[in-house]
Amino acid sequence: MVTKLLNQPLRASQLKSDKHPDWCPGCGDFGIVNALQQALAEMKMPPWEVYLLSGIGCSGKSSHYVNVYGAHTLHGRVLPYAIGAKLANPKLTVVAAGGDGDGYGIGAEHFVHAGRRNVDLTYIIFDNEVYGLTKGQASPTLPQGDQPKSLPLPNINQAINPFALALACGYTFIARSYAYDAKHLKATIQKAIYHKGMALVDVLQPCPTYNDLRTKEFFDEEIELRGQQTPRVYSMEDEGYDGVVKNPMDREEVNAKRLAAFEKIYQQEDRVGLGVYFQIHMPTYTDLLRNNLPILTTSAPIDLPYYDDQMNPVTDLASGWQDFIV
Amino acid sequence: MTAPATLDALCTEINWMIGGPQGTGVDSSANLFARAMAVAGYWIYGKREYHSNIKGAHSYFLVRARHTPVHSNVDPIDLLATFEKTTAEIHAHELLADGALIYDPKLTDPDKLNGLPPSALRLPIEYDAIIAAIAQETGSSPAKFVIMKNVIAVSASLALYGVAMASVEEALAGLFTGRRAKLVALNMLAVNKAYQAVEALNVAGSFAHRIAAQPNPPAKTSRMLMNGAAAVGLGKLKAGCRILTYYSITPAVDECIYLENHPEYGMVVIQCEDELAAVNMANGAATTGIRVSTSTSGPGFSLMAEGIGWAGINEVPVVIFNYQRGGPSTGLPTRSEQADLLCVVHAGHGEFPKIVMAPGDMNECFEDAFDSFNYADRYQTPVIVVPDKAIANGTESIPVFDENGLKIDRGQIVGPQSNPDDMDASIAHYPRFKITEDGVSPRVFPGTPGAIFWTTGDEHTEIGHITEDPAIRLAMHDKRMRKLDLAAREIPVDRQFMLYGPEKADITLVGWGSTKGAVLDAMPVLKDERGITMNYLHVRLMSPFPADGVAAIIKAAALPVCMESNHQGQLAQLIAMRTGIQLAHKILKYTGRPISQTEVVDAVQQVLQQRTERVVLTYGH
Ligand SMILES: Cc1ncc(C[n+]2csc(CCOP(=O)(O)OP(=O)(O)O)c2C)c(N)n1
Ligand code: SF4
Repeated sequence: MVTKLLNQPLRASQLKSDKHPDWCPGCGDFGIVNALQQALAEMKMPPWEVYLLSGIGCSGKSSHYVNVYGAHTLHGRVLPYAIGAKLANPKLTVVAAGGDGDGYGIGAEHFVHAGRRNVDLTYIIFDNEVYGLTKGQASPTLPQGDQPKSLPLPNINQAINPFALALACGYTFIARSYAYDAKHLKATIQKAIYHKGMALVDVLQPCPTYNDLRTKEFFDEEIELRGQQTPRVYSMEDEGYDGVVKNPMDREEVNAKRLAAFEKIYQQEDRVGLGVYFQIHMPTYTDLLRNNLPILTTSAPIDLPYYDDQMNPVTDLASGWQDFIV
Repeated sequence: MTAPATLDALCTEINWMIGGPQGTGVDSSANLFARAMAVAGYWIYGKREYHSNIKGAHSYFLVRARHTPVHSNVDPIDLLATFEKTTAEIHAHELLADGALIYDPKLTDPDKLNGLPPSALRLPIEYDAIIAAIAQETGSSPAKFVIMKNVIAVSASLALYGVAMASVEEALAGLFTGRRAKLVALNMLAVNKAYQAVEALNVAGSFAHRIAAQPNPPAKTSRMLMNGAAAVGLGKLKAGCRILTYYSITPAVDECIYLENHPEYGMVVIQCEDELAAVNMANGAATTGIRVSTSTSGPGFSLMAEGIGWAGINEVPVVIFNYQRGGPSTGLPTRSEQADLLCVVHAGHGEFPKIVMAPGDMNECFEDAFDSFNYADRYQTPVIVVPDKAIANGTESIPVFDENGLKIDRGQIVGPQSNPDDMDASIAHYPRFKITEDGVSPRVFPGTPGAIFWTTGDEHTEIGHITEDPAIRLAMHDKRMRKLDLAAREIPVDRQFMLYGPEKADITLVGWGSTKGAVLDAMPVLKDERGITMNYLHVRLMSPFPADGVAAIIKAAALPVCMESNHQGQLAQLIAMRTGIQLAHKILKYTGRPISQTEVVDAVQQVLQQRTERVVLTYGH
């Protein structure tokens, strides 16, 4: 949620921090952070009201590179951190970023439960199929049998399907983009930020240093489909796919969209579909909290006063005492 | 037996126990008993013991009531109330020779009970007959009233002690309010019948523990029947804690449920997916500028260590309550221990300033819960508070907490550093981790124009970017650690440690946490009954450790002895580490049951007379 927008868009360069990324040349992370800077600049969001959080890994460093409030949190723990920040101060636009190891590996439990809570957050996963910063071990999205050059032996674990998982957990916005499709990525990040609820953007990110299977060349390739050459990476929307639920009260529509999304998610083909797999508008955690805690209808936790002009606490314990007086 | 006791011969103190399978309402009956005694003007101490099981395993509740304030239990009991077999079998030997047993003659034959003192009074109560009578009077099935065995046991006990029935009625009215108020009349049916049954046995006059009326009962509105978990909850509410995160664990969950039951305060209570989430959610919320806290116990605390370290390097004011229970691992999950001290003081890898507080009673729970947020804000570092299960689940009647003089201290906070319309200034950076003389850097919160900064678990510069520069590392590490010296200077000495009792004494006990109650209760008993003078050094602030003050008292002591609920004497180890002083004598208990007044008295005498170096206490089931 954005409380007040700037009069004019920023230059993306104003959102570059003074810290220069120390990623390997050709790393997909550059593309993602650039797209994020462009997305935020264009959206005219006051940078000081954006809180960019990240986990640990190469991707985890991204919070340092954007000129907004940033927290580089612990490995796998970015989501709970983000939830705490957003619930405390709903006026902040909270964006969480991190690797596939960070989010789907060590952070998998938080990933699952963040979906159940539908806090108004954007979560961008840098999906490179490997653990970059610890030198290329297999991440949970690396397919079984694959052996990128960093692996001593082929991967015998199955890959998880993050979108099937996200759909099962209740994510209300699920989209995929690609680190080197700047336009698509920027637009997808914007959609995710505008979405009120828990939004997942899984970004395919080449790691030229450790993953020699899904490289930039791999994604740029044309492949043969039904006798025709087509780009490997394509926009699902351009081919007529629409994953957005128009009326969340219409059970038929919701069921149909969810099933269509599952079908897309499990489609076995050599192409990579980009776009919104599923989106639905549901009450957020903050909306639901207000039902239980009426005081939050008029005031966010951050705005509740602590003391009077004498620094005396303003909380009156009278109703609390009643349970115990004898 | 003998003639009815005269008023002079009546007692001013009782020590009662009720037991039964978990889930049969032992808890609520003890609550009713304690309330009735409190209504009658007595001061109460109650101790709850239960298995890690929901229904079936043996649980019991001890209530001690006295004309004057009381903070612990004594060992032999004077009345054991049972309505099933096991309690009688397990606890009959704990009765005093002139004590009494209330039992169900259908289930228990007192002559077959091992250890039941032959002279103890035996009171058969026909529970089933009473329940059948109630069922008939109300025209419903007896099965509906089986749960009332508790009320009957409680009422029979009160009748035997000589407590007026009106006190039970008032206690019931206090327990059943609102929608449940109609239950009072129904329960009174059972109460009436229990009183009649005791009267019919015609033994009350010969019960040596009948009690005298309170000569000067304290004013009702000024007293509460409090438990430690709620005392913490009230302290957090008063301090303005806005978010409480937790993952269910005994006994911390009692505090969380209490708070969730009070939505009128607007505190967001979040049941997280695990403790890693709980602590990191708290960190995230705390950096935005609100007061937050998380509550857990042993195993959960272990999981939080990494997040506490993150809060340490990022100077996040987060408050963590670790309710100590028996360890290691899931150890004795529903029993009390004071064995997390060294773990908590050293929680997290690497070095960072920590404030660690250990409350020793209900009042200290309230005070420490309130102060913990002030300290967290003022010193911008995690504050860990370690009550123990004995306090959390203990009940005590105490004067209403003193709210006078409580002040909120949010520490140093700076506002906007620029006008939001001046774009370039608004995205300027702010030295959130500015190197200052006292180690505290004024805080600013995300959302503030002109003050962008970063946080990271890595070593960082003043604006929070990662650095491995050795000079910055040195300066930043020193800055953070300096806050400990500041806290040591500023936290009032009487909140750091306290010497109770005479300045000069035959023996000085050194302890912390819930041990305080038993030691304070034992002090006058030792003096009056055994001619031993004792004082007690109660340590409350564990980090920064008040080394000089503690050392001075120990050095002046004739015979310093540590008394703790753990195997190693962890406070003694901490004292040795911080002061170089070794406490040769230790009185320890690690059965998971709290130390009683009786045990303190006996152990102190033993150490004093036999110079025993290590006394291990074992009383209690
Ligand atoms: C608790 C914990 N365990 C292990 C590590 C070591 N570690 C650092 S980065 C990383 C993997 C990061 O992989 P991924 O999330 O895929 O991000 P990438 O580097 O590929 O962007 C690990 C395991 C850590 N920092 N913390
Ligand atoms: S290791 Fe891979 S992910 Fe990490 S910076 Fe290098 S290219 Fe990027």
